[in-house]
Amino acid sequence: MTVGEALLECLERENVEIVFGYPGGAVLPLYDALYHSTRIKHVLVRHEQGGAHAADGYARVSGKVGVCIGTSGPGATNLVTGIANAYMDSVPLVVITGQVPTIQIGTDAFQEVDITGITLPITKHNWLLKDPAKLPQVVKSAFHIASTGRPGPVLIDIPKDVAQARINFKYPSSVKLRGYKPTYKGHPSKISEIAKLTAKAKRPIICAGGGILASNASEELLKFAEAISAPVTNTFMGLAGFPGDHPLFLGMLGLHGTRYANLAITECDLLIALGARFDDRVVMNINSFAPGATVVHVDIDPAEIGKVIATNVPLVGDVKMILKELLPLLEKVDRSEWLERIKSLKAQYPLTYEGDSSLKPQFIIQQLSDCTRGDAIIVTDVGQHQMWVAQYYRFKKPRTLVSSGGLGCMGFGLPAAIGAAMAAPMGEKVILVSGDGSIQMTIQELATMMEQCLDVKIILFNNSALGMVRQLQEYYCQGRHMATHFQFHPDFEILARAYGIPAYTFRTQEDVVKGLPEVINSSGPAFVNCIVPPEENVLPMVPAGKGISETVECG
Amino acid sequence: MEKHTLAVLVENSPGVLTRVAGLFARRGFNIDSLAVGRTDRDDVSRMTIVVEGDKPLIEQVTKQLHKLIDVIKISNITDDEYVDRELVMLKVTADPGQRVEIMHIAGIFRARVVDLGSKTITFECTGTEGKINAFEESLRPYGIKELVRTGKIAMLRGSKYVALSLAQTREAENG
Ligand SMILES: Cc1cc2nc3c(=O)[nH]c(=O)nc-3n(C[C@H](O)[C@H](O)[C@H](O)COP(=O)(O)OP(=O)(O)OC[C@H]3O[C@@H](n4cnc5c(N)ncnc54)[C@H](O)[C@@H]3O)c2cc1C
Ligand SMILES: Cc1ncc(C[n+]2csc(CCOP(=O)(O)OP(=O)(O)O)c2C)c(N)n1
Repeated sequence: MTVGEALLECLERENVEIVFGYPGGAVLPLYDALYHSTRIKHVLVRHEQGGAHAADGYARVSGKVGVCIGTSGPGATNLVTGIANAYMDSVPLVVITGQVPTIQIGTDAFQEVDITGITLPITKHNWLLKDPAKLPQVVKSAFHIASTGRPGPVLIDIPKDVAQARINFKYPSSVKLRGYKPTYKGHPSKISEIAKLTAKAKRPIICAGGGILASNASEELLKFAEAISAPVTNTFMGLAGFPGDHPLFLGMLGLHGTRYANLAITECDLLIALGARFDDRVVMNINSFAPGATVVHVDIDPAEIGKVIATNVPLVGDVKMILKELLPLLEKVDRSEWLERIKSLKAQYPLTYEGDSSLKPQFIIQQLSDCTRGDAIIVTDVGQHQMWVAQYYRFKKPRTLVSSGGLGCMGFGLPAAIGAAMAAPMGEKVILVSGDGSIQMTIQELATMMEQCLDVKIILFNNSALGMVRQLQEYYCQGRHMATHFQFHPDFEILARAYGIPAYTFRTQEDVVKGLPEVINSSGPAFVNCIVPPEENVLPMVPAGKGISETVECG
Repeated sequence: MEKHTLAVLVENSPGVLTRVAGLFARRGFNIDSLAVGRTDRDDVSRMTIVVEGDKPLIEQVTKQLHKLIDVIKISNITDDEYVDRELVMLKVTADPGQRVEIMHIAGIFRARVVDLGSKTITFECTGTEGKINAFEESLRPYGIKELVRTGKIAMLRGSKYVALSLAQTREAENG
C-alpha cells in the first residue's frame, strides 16, 4: 500500500476516530487515502488554526490524542499557533503536515517551509519523514510520545513523494525510544516522607494543577484532601479537578485568584503542589510566595521541579499513582484551628463585584453556573470573560473546562468548542463563553460547527472592547485606552443567523434570568449576544511586582 | 560561576545538533564549547558540552536536555577525574629570521608542524584548554593569521566510562 494509506491504517490502529484538517497539493495523497477510509471521519475546518484548536479541544475532553492535518507551506504555518497552544498546556496532539517532494526540499520550492525547524521549540518531538519504510515506526512513536509522560504535541512532516511511495505495511507492537522513558512510579521513601510531613504540618495546603486532569487523578485528590483535612486551591489549569462547592475548596490562586486562596498560601506551613508548574501568574513575586512553607512538589516532568521554586521534597512521577500509594499511609490529624482560619478568611474576603442594575458579566457566569450545576463542558476564549469563568463558575467534574492557559490564545474558543462537542459524552452540553475580540479571530469556524451539526451554545460577552487589555491600560497606562475599544462591530445576531444559528441579544439581568436557562436547555446551537458594560474590571488582581497577598480588591 | 562538562550521548540522527543548540539558545543557556562526533557505534554520537552556570542552572540544563527524545544519556563528569583535550590548528606569521624562535616555542608545547608556507607556519597542537590558551598567547606576538579550535572533548579516567546501558544498546535507533 502507499504511505498515505499506511498512515490511515496506523491512525486506525491508534483508535483515531476523527481528524481535523484542510487539504492542499502536498497532502493530496493523504486525502486520497482518506477518501477510501470508512473508519476515520475527517472534519473540514475553515482555517488550519481552527483545525489544531479543534483537535486540542477534542483531546482535552476525551483524554485521547487529537489529530490534525495541514498542507505544506501556509497550511503548516497556520497550524503553528495551535501547536504552541497545545505545547504550553501539555495537550497530546499528533499534527501531520504535507511537505514538498524530497528532491525539492531546500530549494525554496512552491509552498515550502521548514515546518520541523519552525516547530522545534513547540513540539515534544517532530520528524521529517524521508524514508517511506519508517512511517509505521514513526507514527507509533508519535502517538506514544504525545500521550505518555507529560503530554504534548508532536508533528510528522511527510513529503509528497514519500506519501505516494509503496511500502510493505507492518505495524510495530512496541516503540524503540531509548532516550525517552518517563517515570511514573514515585520513589517510596519520598512518598512516606510526604505522609510524615502532612501529619506534622499545622497549616497544610494543596495546590492542584493541570497534572491532576492529565492523569485523571481527581478522585484521588479528593480523597487525599479529605484524609488530611487540607484546603485545596487550583491553578487555572487545575480547575474542574476538584469539586467547586466542596468546603475545602479555595478556588483559583494567583493573579486573579481569590484573596482567601492567596492568603492561605501566604500563611501555610506546608505547600503540596500536585501537577502544577508555578507559572508566573500563580507565583507573581517569588520572594513573597508561601514564605514560611515546606514545599512538596509532585510532577511527572523532572524539569518543572525546582525550576521556579526551591523544593524541599521533590517527587517525580504520575500524580495519580503517587496519591494512590500515599493514601494508605496518611494519618487523620485534628486541623480545626487551620480550617477555622480558612473559614474566617473566606468570610472576610469573599469573591464579590459591585452589583447594580446593569448586566454584569459576573452575574451572567453565576446564572450559568446555577443553570448547569456543573453538568456541562465550558469552553472559553481569552480575556476578562475567561477569568470571570475561573472565578464564578463552580466546576463539578474533571475535563469540563477547556481553555487556553499557558499561551492565552485568543481565538481558541470557538474551534476548541467544536472539538469538545465532538468528544463530549452523549447528552453533555457544550457552552462557549467568548469575548467580542476573541471570537472574531476564528469566527469562520461557525461554518464548521454548522456543517457538523454541533450543539454548541455560544455566550458572547460583548463589551465593545478588548476588555483585559483595556483593564491593563487602566492600571498601568493611567487610563490611556489605546486600540482597545472597537469603533465598529457587526450585528452579531444577524451574523449568527447568517450561519443558520438561532440568536438572541440579552441586555438586562431579567433577559438572562429568563432567557439563559431556556437557551441552555434547548437542543441545537444558539448564539447569545450579551451586552455588558465596557468598564468592568477583573478583581481581585495582584498588581505587577507585588506578592500574591497584596491584591487590589473590589470597592 | 563554575564551568561544567557534560558528556552527552545522542541518537546519530539528522537535526540532533539543531535540537540541542536550539534548546540552549531559547532557554538562554550559554554554551562555552560544544564538540560532537560519532562514537564506536554508528547510531550514537557523543557531545561534549561545556556550560557555565551555578548549580540550579546546570540542573535545569541537564533536565531540559533529558527531555529531548534524541538525547539518550547525560553524564556530568565535572566532579570526576577525567582527561580532556582540545585540538587547535594555528597559522602564524614566520619570517625566516623568526622561524627558529617559533619552532622552539612550538617544541615546548609539543605542537607539530602540519604546513609550511614561505611566510607562515601552520601548527597543530592538542592539550587541555589551558595549554591551548597558553600556546596561542605565546605565538600571538608573531602575528596569528588563522586559528581553529575543536572545542573540548573529555573522557573519564580509569575504569569508569560513559556508555549506553545494556538495554539502550539493544534498542535500535528510533524511527
Ligand atoms: C488572562 C489570563 C490570566 C491568567 N491568570 C491566572 C491566575 O490568576 N491564576 C492561575 O493559576 N493561572 C492563571 N492563568 C493561567 C496560567 O497562565 C497558566 O496556564 C496556569 O497557571 C498553569 O497551570 P498549571 O501550573 O496547573 O500547569 P499546566 O500548564 O496545566 O501544567 C501541568 C503540570 O502538570 C504536570 N503533569 C502532567 N501530567 C502529569 C501527571 N500525570 N502526573 C504529574 N504531573 C503531571 C506537567 O508536567 C506540568 O508541570 C491565566 C491565563 C490567562 C490567559
Ligand atoms: C492572539 C492574541 N492576541 C492578543 C492577545 C492579547 N490579549 C489578551 S486578552 C485580550 C482582549 C480580549 O478581548 P475579548 O475577547 O473581547 O475579551 P474580554 O477581555 O473583553 O472579555 C487581548 C487583546 C492575546 N491574548 N491573544
